[in-house]
Amino acid sequence: MLTIKDLKVGVENKQILKGLDLTVNAGEVHAIMGPNGSGKSTLANVLAGRDNYETVSGTIEYEGRDLFELAPEERAREGIFLAFQYPVEIPGVNNIYLLKAALNGIREHQGEGALDAVEFLQVVREKMQLVKMDESLLNRSVNEGFSGGEKKRNEIFQMAVLEPRLAILDETDSGLDIDALKIVAEGVNSLRSESRAIVIVTHYQRLLNYIVPDYVHVLSEGKIIRSGSRELAVELEEKGYDWVRQEARAA
Amino acid sequence: MSEAAVSHYLAEYEQFRDTLTAPWPAQPRAAALDFLKTNGFPSRRTEQWKYTDVTPITRKKFTVGRPAPATVDDAFVDSLRFSRLDCHELVFINGSFSAALSRNEPLPDGVTVKSLRSVKPDDALLLESCFPDGEIKNAFSALNTAFVNDGVLIHVPDNTEVATPIHIIYVTGQADETLMSNPRNLVALGRNAGASVIESFAGIPDTEYFTNSHTGILGQAGSRLDYYSIQQESQRAYHIGNTRIRQQADSRVDCHTLSLGGKLARSDIDVELDEPGAEVKLNGLYLTNDRQHIDNHTLIEHKQPHTVSNEHFRGVMNGHSRAVFNGKVIVHEQAQKTEAHQSNANLLLSGSAEVDTKPELEIYADDVRCSHGATVGQLDENMLFYLRSRALDEHAARSLLTYAFADEIIRDIRFPEIRERLEHSIAGELPDTDLIEEFVK
Repeated sequence: MLTIKDLKVGVENKQILKGLDLTVNAGEVHAIMGPNGSGKSTLANVLAGRDNYETVSGTIEYEGRDLFELAPEERAREGIFLAFQYPVEIPGVNNIYLLKAALNGIREHQGEGALDAVEFLQVVREKMQLVKMDESLLNRSVNEGFSGGEKKRNEIFQMAVLEPRLAILDETDSGLDIDALKIVAEGVNSLRSESRAIVIVTHYQRLLNYIVPDYVHVLSEGKIIRSGSRELAVELEEKGYDWVRQEARAA
Repeated sequence: MSEAAVSHYLAEYEQFRDTLTAPWPAQPRAAALDFLKTNGFPSRRTEQWKYTDVTPITRKKFTVGRPAPATVDDAFVDSLRFSRLDCHELVFINGSFSAALSRNEPLPDGVTVKSLRSVKPDDALLLESCFPDGEIKNAFSALNTAFVNDGVLIHVPDNTEVATPIHIIYVTGQADETLMSNPRNLVALGRNAGASVIESFAGIPDTEYFTNSHTGILGQAGSRLDYYSIQQESQRAYHIGNTRIRQQADSRVDCHTLSLGGKLARSDIDVELDEPGAEVKLNGLYLTNDRQHIDNHTLIEHKQPHTVSNEHFRGVMNGHSRAVFNGKVIVHEQAQKTEAHQSNANLLLSGSAEVDTKPELEIYADDVRCSHGATVGQLDENMLFYLRSRALDEHAARSLLTYAFADEIIRDIRFPEIRERLEHSIAGELPDTDLIEEFVK
């Protein structure tokens, strides 16, 4: 589904990703772990199409297409979803209208008809249960006045409604208390399927207790320095990032 | 240029004087003409007019001295009414009251809502409405005083609430000559009285004319006024509006102004908080396109302790247009415990658009809470990216964010019909109207 080769990306003359390789297949859940400043969020943002990064070299292929040729909205319509680390507040833009425009934009692009108001509300009601979203948040402005946890939950709620083929979760666990973390994790788990890939970007392995990944990658200084199974995350938690960095240097 | 304009209006006055049907007091008109002769029209050397050149107005010889009948399509007038909101409506065509187009709703006992021409000349309120002392601020208020011959008088007695909004509609249509009208409204609220007043200014598209209006508002102790001024003049029109608000103890005025129309438009709102506990809210929105020039000046004077003002103006400028915001707040020495907050935010959609914003705060008291801020910027890149990552194309995302920026000013208007009308008007002025309407309905 997603093949990243030798990706080198910088911002303002500072190189952040220094030759990153990653392959993600449909049905898989990948966790990308790494210390602060290792390039995790950059990777997530580049995949979603944020344009304030400069790609120096490398390729990203998504379902056989060159991802760099697609604008952010085209990527969304092709099934890519980014759950933001810091969801922005947008006063005056209604949460539920945005979601309806997003869903119908994606459906129309994919040759499914737009949902009418009644059908849309059915979907919304069903998915709200999934992340235990408070209905009062729906008719508010996007993320405006939401608590940190509500913002993150709203991201996962949007993801549940939009049913992406490739979901990227950027530090979704940060700022969540344990109850909210469990709810978010349940929401994500319910979306796991054969046709969908999920990439979880996280600093801590805490979230991975609830969303068990198929693969764990350690990102350090712009490169994936080690890949493994779920056990790698546990080992990291015990020994810290320095351990794997030293091993990588020694190798 | 200014002298030629002054001569023109003095000559017009000679003709106008003969057309006055009611025995209006002549002295204030003479005083206004004297002011005009002495001071002429403001130039850009005057600080208050530094960013707005009125030459396009002064070089036109507007007809003001003779009645100039014009026909206006009923459907156009109907488009300005609030169809789902029962209003007491007073309609003026080219500055003259039209009983046929107006609509009366029942009013509580003792409430006066009538056209100025139907007020008895010895009525003290009429005198106060048309010719109060010290109101001649510049050539335009002088012209209004000299040439006023119609408008609206609203008087709500003590302890009376007018639940039905009063909608005053000024429409200018095509005439043989290029017309100037000088409407004047007075809203006088007694103690603990309440009312909602809406002024709409509009003109048949592509008509060239000049509306020079004046509104006086007096809120006695404990009164409450919701006041809306919606300026949607034709794209070729000139509009100068002066609003003077005086408030007594514990009174409250919520003022909402929307400036959309006119080739050159200027609005001045002066507020005096004369007694403790008086509170004013000034909300304003201006949207400019093409080569429009829209100037908003406000002055709020806190004269006594425990007075409150909250002012929030926003503007969206496109094309080669230009906007001006000047907001002055004066906290007088005795006005301790004043609370005054002002903000002005501007969005420039085009590299050729311009805005001059000038917040001014003069504080002579030492125990006050005051804030002010002005911003000029483009759309927020993080918001844009968020919307695009949710499958909205860039164009749609920009339009939506622009609309949302403007809507911030009117989203808490308490009459849904008024709010929706204004939202519709705003969407109509912005790019991608259809898309925005789809989104907000």
